[in-house]
Amino acid sequence: MTTDTAPTVAIPSVRAIRWKRRQVATARFIRAFSRYRSGLFGVGILLFFVAVAVSAPYVFPEYLLDPNANLSNSVYAPPSAEFYYWMGTDDLGRSVLAELAWGARPSLVVGILASIMAMIIGTLVGIASGHFRGFFGGSMERLTDWFLVLPFVPTVIVLQAVLGETTIWITVIVLGITSWPGTARLVRAQTLSVEARPYIERAKVLGNSDWAQMVRHILPNVMPLVIANTTLTVAIVILSMTTLAFLGLLDPNLISWGGMLDSADATGAALQGAWWFLIPPGLCVIAVVLAFTLIGRTLEVVLNPRLGSN
Amino acid sequence: MAQQEPGGVSDAALDPTEFGRVQRPSRVSGIGRFTARRLLTGLGTLAFVLVFNFFLFQMLPGDPLARYKGAREISAEDLAALRQELESPLWEQFFNYVKDPLQLDSYSTIQGKPVWEVIADALPWTLILLGTSTLLATVIGIWIGIRAGWNRGSKFDKNSTGITLFLYATPEFWLGLLLILFFSTGFWIFPGIFPSGSAIGSGLDPWTVDGVISIAWHTVLPAASLAAVYLADYSLIMRASMVDELGQDYLMTARAKGLMDRAIRRGHAVPNASLPTITLIFLNIGFIIGGAITVETVFSYPGLGLLTWNAIQADDLPLLQALFLFFSVSVIVFNMIADIVIAAIDPRIRL
Amino acid sequence: MAVLDMRDVSLTYHPSEGPVPAVRHVDLSVDAGEVVGVAGESGCGKSTLISTVLRLYPKSATVDGEVLVDGENVFDMKWNRMRAVRWGEAAVVFQGALHSLNPIQRIGKQLVEPILVHDKGATEASAMKKVRELLDQVGLPTRHVNAYPHQLSGGQKQRIMIALALTCDPKVLLCDEPTTALDVMVQAQILDLLKGIARDRAMGMLIISHDLSVLSTNCDRIAIMYAGQVVEQGPALDLFQNPAHPYTRALMGAFPTIGDGESRYAPTGLPGDPPFPGDLPSGCSFHPRCAIATDECSTVNVVLEPVGPGRDAACIHVNQGVGAP
Ligand SMILES: Nc1ncnc2c1ncn2[C@@H]1O[C@H](COP(=O)(O)OP(=O)(O)OP(=O)(O)O)[C@@H](O)[C@H]1O
Ligand code: SF4
Ligand SMILES: [Mg+2]
Repeated sequence: MTTDTAPTVAIPSVRAIRWKRRQVATARFIRAFSRYRSGLFGVGILLFFVAVAVSAPYVFPEYLLDPNANLSNSVYAPPSAEFYYWMGTDDLGRSVLAELAWGARPSLVVGILASIMAMIIGTLVGIASGHFRGFFGGSMERLTDWFLVLPFVPTVIVLQAVLGETTIWITVIVLGITSWPGTARLVRAQTLSVEARPYIERAKVLGNSDWAQMVRHILPNVMPLVIANTTLTVAIVILSMTTLAFLGLLDPNLISWGGMLDSADATGAALQGAWWFLIPPGLCVIAVVLAFTLIGRTLEVVLNPRLGSN
Repeated sequence: MAQQEPGGVSDAALDPTEFGRVQRPSRVSGIGRFTARRLLTGLGTLAFVLVFNFFLFQMLPGDPLARYKGAREISAEDLAALRQELESPLWEQFFNYVKDPLQLDSYSTIQGKPVWEVIADALPWTLILLGTSTLLATVIGIWIGIRAGWNRGSKFDKNSTGITLFLYATPEFWLGLLLILFFSTGFWIFPGIFPSGSAIGSGLDPWTVDGVISIAWHTVLPAASLAAVYLADYSLIMRASMVDELGQDYLMTARAKGLMDRAIRRGHAVPNASLPTITLIFLNIGFIIGGAITVETVFSYPGLGLLTWNAIQADDLPLLQALFLFFSVSVIVFNMIADIVIAAIDPRIRL
Repeated sequence: MAVLDMRDVSLTYHPSEGPVPAVRHVDLSVDAGEVVGVAGESGCGKSTLISTVLRLYPKSATVDGEVLVDGENVFDMKWNRMRAVRWGEAAVVFQGALHSLNPIQRIGKQLVEPILVHDKGATEASAMKKVRELLDQVGLPTRHVNAYPHQLSGGQKQRIMIALALTCDPKVLLCDEPTTALDVMVQAQILDLLKGIARDRAMGMLIISHDLSVLSTNCDRIAIMYAGQVVEQGPALDLFQNPAHPYTRALMGAFPTIGDGESRYAPTGLPGDPPFPGDLPSGCSFHPRCAIATDECSTVNVVLEPVGPGRDAACIHVNQGVGAP
């Protein structure tokens, strides 16, 4: 980024060339991406929620979330002019606005970390099942099929029971474990098509090791697809996490949008007409999921040369 | 490969005098062979699920005996026998399990009935909900997808893609809660006209006219919540496949033949473009059987989802284990049906 | 009388990057029973030229000039009439027959379809009978009506495409590279088949190819295209033995081996790449690559002019070049 790598020598170093090339590629990528308004819209929403997640502890002090500190507040008070209570109060008299802001944190953290975990497992399994013939490749493929048919909620419950308590990290692991098969299938298909190209033939004939073939030739070719797919996975993981929270399968002390909806449902917010505790958390989920979906779809088009034109 | 397959004639060019190596291609035998092969792999996956199921539930912490006793009246001898069985070596338990993977004799601890009876009671409700919502989602979703994809970039395309993306991002249970707020509780200008608990008015016999009307009335809101979310999925996929298909050469041929727009769309583009959506629909059917948990809890709809939820709450492990198996099997079965339906439509798959 | 007469035809694509004039002021006519060849490098606008005849170009493209099919200008037609002319008067054997058939429909159904659309008197059975006869004519066993496209070889599919094009007895047959992607043996068979069909049915035929030598032995007349324009045309043998335009001469050097698919991408004796139609050189579009170009070539607007009996060429130095008549 800085200019102090002044070219004192006439011949630019390999690293400088690579750096330059990467800069050019990045610039081209940004230009291509910004041609899509929906993608930019997604980035905008995401940035907003990242800002909210980061600033939540400073704007909304933690006492606002403590049930015992808000005993004097009335339950399900409708929205009022006071900033903390713009969105009224919940079933325990807490500020709904504060909960919304804090709820952005687990959504983003769990969504992104679990997706990265799914990406790593899915890419490894996918490349392995596409690259290796015979028993090993076959079992990897079967493994993917098997994980694909597991019923989501029961699997999560059993996994959580096996892993012990339900901390946020356990949730990340559980969602990571249940979200990788889609990626694996995609990567497998792409690996097969990359391997059908002539230069892989050549690499094989030249005696490159499996590892070298996979890292040097296949991985770079599947990576764009994987990145786009992972972005879309984040959206699905956040939805799944909301479902788990709604079913009370997350850490009960964690403030999350799904958990808010769980309380709303359990205390009959819908029947009491307490829309301020019902509608905003859902809209937040939609906004963040939509943001990742829009970004993912745009990446798919921008990073995939076949779809790139038009 | 080419020798076994009567259909494969790709190397006929080597022998230019012989153009007719295609033996009468028969749809029936090809699809029959495919189905048989697909059934075998399905069985393989099923076997894995059974084994996985066994070890997964073995790993669960807690006193195994408590899980199996539940509300059942059990004599002291039976109890002793059960304890002995549970304390036998793992391989012996596994052997017993393999002999009877369905665990036909296991009892639900909450209901005190055999698990499969409990499941059979809840299944019809799930099928009603699933059938209605799938029908709605499929018809509307595919219609939107076709129209948006065919008129890519049109106003309809932009609006419908926006709306479906929004629905795609919506948690179905939240939609359910909103529907209750608007159409059951009644809110603002909305009339509360639909019921939102159970699947039939209390005391009604489902086999009477009143009963059927009541069932229909109770299905509206939960089916709408499920349908809205899944139709988004279907229309997005259908649109993408339509757009893919529009660039294909054979559509140019169809245009050049002088066909009407409608004939090109119905006769060529849609059948080809529908393949991925059909796969997805069947896969989803398999998943929704076990995946309507949140919607069913929101609406207290007494299907398999609510049953699962209750089993979770009460730690009813035998029931949970049976449900787990049932859900996996339904996914496997519908996965298989999807593949077979696709093969019936697309001859290239049948190789 | 000409069954296909193109007069001053131009077509411009309008992608978001800016206009692409892919075909510019082309005059070309095909008589009944005549076989006309069009040759040129990849991207010079051959397929685009064909697309104007049945108006198969994208909606956003703009066209100019006249394309008369049997005396009737297609650019003036209402859609109903246009649909009737499609396949009824003029039919196409598309480039890349491998993908031009619907992969999930049986061959028979796809061949019967245009008959049922265009011939109101036809029944399912009469149409099928005709399809069987056509399959026989193109040298395929009639049982192929029950086959799916993926069960056929490239050559067989190309024959199916020809049979398909003949289903409505068109007056004009447009063949877009009917032999690319086929091996030499099959290539020769297909061309023989097409020649025979044009002769027997007295239909006008336009054949596009990269391969000038293939055209010279199978066509009555040849037109050479460069950057969207016809730069030379004349009787096939005469033109082949005695090329007038510098580009034609270079193009002939480009085909040392018949049927060598690779060689067309690397024409010998022709430096540089063909220009992109969205960004054409000034004056004669060929001047940056022309061996005998002068300063004048980059400013003067060159047009087709007679250079011999039935011969035209678009080059200001055509009579000063080596080997010109
Ligand atoms: N739909 C389109 N939009 C924009 N430009 C196009 C479009 N179709 C073709 N072109 C451009 O028009 C020019 C002519 O294309 P055309 O397909 O007619 O070439 P061709 O001579 O048939 O080439 P080939 O021998 O490779 O088939 C090319 O430069 C191409 O990039
Ligand atoms: S006009 Fe000039 S540049 Fe063009 S072909 Fe003739 S000699 Fe070459
Ligand atoms: Mg072409």
